[in-house]
Amino acid sequence: MYYLYILTILALLISVFKSPDKTSKAVKIAVKKFINILPAFLSMLILVSIILFLIPDEIILKYLGDKNKFVGITLASFFGSVTLMPGFIAYPLCGILLKKGVTYMVLSAFSTTLMMVGILTYPIEKAYFGIKVTLIRNMFSFFIAIVVALITGIFFGEIG
Amino acid sequence: MFSGNKIKISIFFAYICFVAASFILNFNPGKLIGINFYSFSIEMLKLLPCAFILIGLFEVWVKRKTVEKHLGTESGFRGYLWTILLGGTTVGGLYVAFPIAYSLHSKGAKLSVIFTYIGASAICRVPMTIFEASFMGIKFSLIRLLASVPLVIVTSIVLGNYLTKRKYKVLPGK
Repeated sequence: MYYLYILTILALLISVFKSPDKTSKAVKIAVKKFINILPAFLSMLILVSIILFLIPDEIILKYLGDKNKFVGITLASFFGSVTLMPGFIAYPLCGILLKKGVTYMVLSAFSTTLMMVGILTYPIEKAYFGIKVTLIRNMFSFFIAIVVALITGIFFGEIG
Repeated sequence: MFSGNKIKISIFFAYICFVAASFILNFNPGKLIGINFYSFSIEMLKLLPCAFILIGLFEVWVKRKTVEKHLGTESGFRGYLWTILLGGTTVGGLYVAFPIAYSLHSKGAKLSVIFTYIGASAICRVPMTIFEASFMGIKFSLIRLLASVPLVIVTSIVLGNYLTKRKYKVLPGK
C-alpha cells in the first residue's frame, strides 16, 4: 500500500514542478470525481456492512468443507460473489481452510469470485458503466471462476 | 430521478439512525454492522484519495492520442499486455479499478481493453498474488493465473465487440 502513497506524492511533486496550474486543475478534477461517485461508495459500504454481518467468516468456514465437491464449488462461488474482503484477509482465510481439508478447487472458486465478481460493488460499477454491462461482466466473471476452479481441480488431481 | 435520490437519502438516514440507536441501546447486531461500515470506510479512505489524485493527474497530463495509440482500436494485442501490466500494479480492488477504467475509456482506450484492465486488476495484482502464493503455494497461483488471464482477455473481447456493435456509450461526466 505504501508504494501508492510514494507514487502519488512523486507524481504530484513532478506535476507541480512542471506546471502548478495543471496540478491544481488535476486536484480539482480529482475532488469533483470523488464527490460524484461518493453516493455509490456509500451504498456499497452499507451493503458490505450488512452482508458481512449476515455471512461472517465462521459460516464460510463451516460450509466450504462440504464433502460433495459440487456443493463445495457452488457454495464457494456464492460466498465469493456476495462478500468482499481485501486479499490480506482472504488468503490467510484460504490458508486456514486448506489446512482444514478444503480442496484447492473449492478455494480457487472462492478466491476468484471474491476478486472478480462484485455483487457488493454493483452500485459503483453501475454508476460508471450502466446496469447491462455490470450484469454481463459479472456473469462472465462468474463463469471464468468456475472454469478456473475446474482446471485447478484437474491439476491438483481433485476431480475424478 | 429526483425521487430516486430522495429514496436513497432516506435509506441512508434510516441506516445511520439504526446504527446510532444500536450503539445507544446496546443492540449487538446493529453495533457489528456499524463497526463493519467503519472499518471498511477506513480501508477505502486509505486508498481512494491517492487513486483519485492519480486519476486527476492522468486526465490533465496524458494526451488522448497516447492512450488511443497504446490502448485504442488500433493497439492490437500489445494493448492487452499493457492493460494487464497496468491492472497488475493497481492497488485496491474492483472499486478502485472502475474509476480508473472509466478514465482510460474516456481518454480513448477501447472497451475490450478496459474490461481486461478491470479483470486484471481483480486477479493479477502483484502484491496480492505474492501473498496468495505464500499461503496457497506457487503451483496454485500459477494455475489460477494461466487459466484466468486468457479467459479474461477472450470474454473482454466478446463483451467489447458486442457493445461496440450495439453502439454502447459509457455514461458521461462521472
